[in-house]
Amino acid sequence: MLTSIKTNNFAGDKSKELAMMYFRVAIVLFGAQLLMGLIAALQFIVPGFLFELFDFSVARMVHINALIVWMLYAMIGSVYYMMPDETGIETVGIGIGKLAFWVLTAAVTVVVLVYILVQVGPGTESTIWLINEGREYLEAPRWADIGIVVVVLTFYYNVFATFMKGKEKTGIMTVMTANLLAVSGLYLAGMFFTDNISMDQYWWWWVIHLWVEATWEVFVGTLAAFALIKLIGAKREVVEMWLWIEVLMLFGSGVLGLGHHYFWIGTPEYWWEIGALFSALEPVPLVAMFVHVLYDWGKEQGIAKGKGIAGSVLTNGPAMAWIVMNAFGNFLGAGIWGFFHTLPQVNIYTHGTQFTAAHGHLAFFGAYATILIGMMYLGLQGAYGIKIMKANFKSKMGIILISFGVMGMTIALTIAGYEQVLVERAELGAGWEAFFTAQNLPWYVQAQLWRMIMGVVTFVGFIYLVWDLLTIGKAQQRAQA
Amino acid sequence: MANENQSVWTSIPFWRRSAGWVTGFAAMLLVWLTFDSVGQISMGTDEDIKNGVTKRVPGPTVINYTIGYEMSAKRGHEVPTIGEKQKFFGRDDYSEEEARELLHLGKLTSQAKNCMNCHTLLGNGAYFAPDLTKAWLDPAWQNGGPLQGMTGKNTVEEAMAEFLQHPSQYPTHARMMPDLGITADEAKGLVAFMKHMSSIDTNGFPRNFSKTVEQFKRGGTNAH
Repeated sequence: MLTSIKTNNFAGDKSKELAMMYFRVAIVLFGAQLLMGLIAALQFIVPGFLFELFDFSVARMVHINALIVWMLYAMIGSVYYMMPDETGIETVGIGIGKLAFWVLTAAVTVVVLVYILVQVGPGTESTIWLINEGREYLEAPRWADIGIVVVVLTFYYNVFATFMKGKEKTGIMTVMTANLLAVSGLYLAGMFFTDNISMDQYWWWWVIHLWVEATWEVFVGTLAAFALIKLIGAKREVVEMWLWIEVLMLFGSGVLGLGHHYFWIGTPEYWWEIGALFSALEPVPLVAMFVHVLYDWGKEQGIAKGKGIAGSVLTNGPAMAWIVMNAFGNFLGAGIWGFFHTLPQVNIYTHGTQFTAAHGHLAFFGAYATILIGMMYLGLQGAYGIKIMKANFKSKMGIILISFGVMGMTIALTIAGYEQVLVERAELGAGWEAFFTAQNLPWYVQAQLWRMIMGVVTFVGFIYLVWDLLTIGKAQQRAQA
Repeated sequence: MANENQSVWTSIPFWRRSAGWVTGFAAMLLVWLTFDSVGQISMGTDEDIKNGVTKRVPGPTVINYTIGYEMSAKRGHEVPTIGEKQKFFGRDDYSEEEARELLHLGKLTSQAKNCMNCHTLLGNGAYFAPDLTKAWLDPAWQNGGPLQGMTGKNTVEEAMAEFLQHPSQYPTHARMMPDLGITADEAKGLVAFMKHMSSIDTNGFPRNFSKTVEQFKRGGTNAH
């Protein structure tokens, strides 16, 4: 992955080279995310660890910010990767795309350094502008917000102009172009200050929910559609028909599913019914996506067999493995774990407990990390001009350990959440004493210990993944030659 | 797709149009509901409080009054109540502007000190420290409560402000709050922010807030 930029087989396809630049930063930030997660997890078990040096709030802030930013990098990379194939032309503004990449990377570096070294500031506007906005996931200070908007605008210009100029207007690219406009525009809803915490949370959720439970999911649908055509030779008509059905179901449920965040923040009671109904429907498209991926794979394999073609239709083993993991993880993490606590009757007790953390871990991993890693393998295959990429020992260890680790963390956090909900919320009615009574229960502590162990398993898997990404291209290129 | 005998269920134009209509309809409905919700959660005024007008998010001068959290038989959960005048740092006559400034400082400080990456506010944030939605009403901070006793202060607001300025001097558990360099003014603002937050109508979240702690201590039970 490191050398691919100099010795790539893209035959001058600058868009794909740019994609690889984004993928490379994404994987570094993924590593940072995991390291910060390990620190924060350890602070649950050893409360004095790095106390007043590198507190939980700092580790957790960098943990979730690195998550969002590495995913945005990998998403931008994926778009640059697929655009030439989908439009039939080279991306129009490669120069400006590269400039935006360096500006964004420099800005991210400064923001992270300030998070780590400065951490907090006085209660003034300048802190919000320069250090930290202090709103979960949207902590980036205002100057960086504006920088992000500028960078995203140049990116969007590239997507839109390439789409308009392109030889073809495929369904995949149509959905991608329209959806990215929504992704970019929604960020603006999180860029203002208000004294009213209810109003603050209202618009904050417009960004967070309408990203991860609507527009990002549609993004994943388009990536999966593109990948299925590339990986197993799925028919475009079938894939694109499914994509439109997915858009219908994802937006049909996800947009008003926003209501499940409006149960307790000061907003009116009617959100109970609206949020419950639409968010309960949110798993439906995720089931559909799961069925679609596996059905198409089986179908293409069956057709190949019927024609007497021996062997697998797969052109990229590791990428397909991650995309199947996406189909499964999206359904399980976002669908099932989300549905667990989405009804207000349940959520009044589970809201703001480790249940949310359990759901968050499996959903972000299952829905997004998986498919974006799959896209990286697809990128490597292109960069090294490998006809059929096969999973090796390292690829397998990577996917198995990471998936097992995240699933383990999720189960541990679910158990911790269950304890917390029953003891802190149901028995003791929240409050300071109730909180700490639940946190110190042996079963809760034990669950946090298991979360830590599973976090280490995930990290070992990550090391295998990086090792594989760095070596698989060259090794298989040599083997094919 | 030009095949006329083709079923509508496998027609891309049909699904494309349906996706467009459904998305458009959902988005329109969300925008419409947003207009209503934003109206309902916009902050009230001093006049509202004086005239007994119930707002989901009362005006900042709510800090001049006693705040309660009472079970409403009609709504089936607890709702915040605004009672008699109550001194807040020795005064119960904060003007609208003074109270607004205090709340502004408190909200800014809550963001500048990154409270949400350990605590939850209205249940949102991290899960490393207690939820602050109704922290103002927590029995532990009231007269006779362990947290107030620990700080040696005589009122909820002074005890909270003292703790916020020197949290690591008052450890309650092995997991402690770090010293974030909160000044006396910022602490006052933060307490005003928390008192105001406790008056927001959160549809009964958190349910049964801290009621049963006392019952448990008395050896009581939830069963009636």
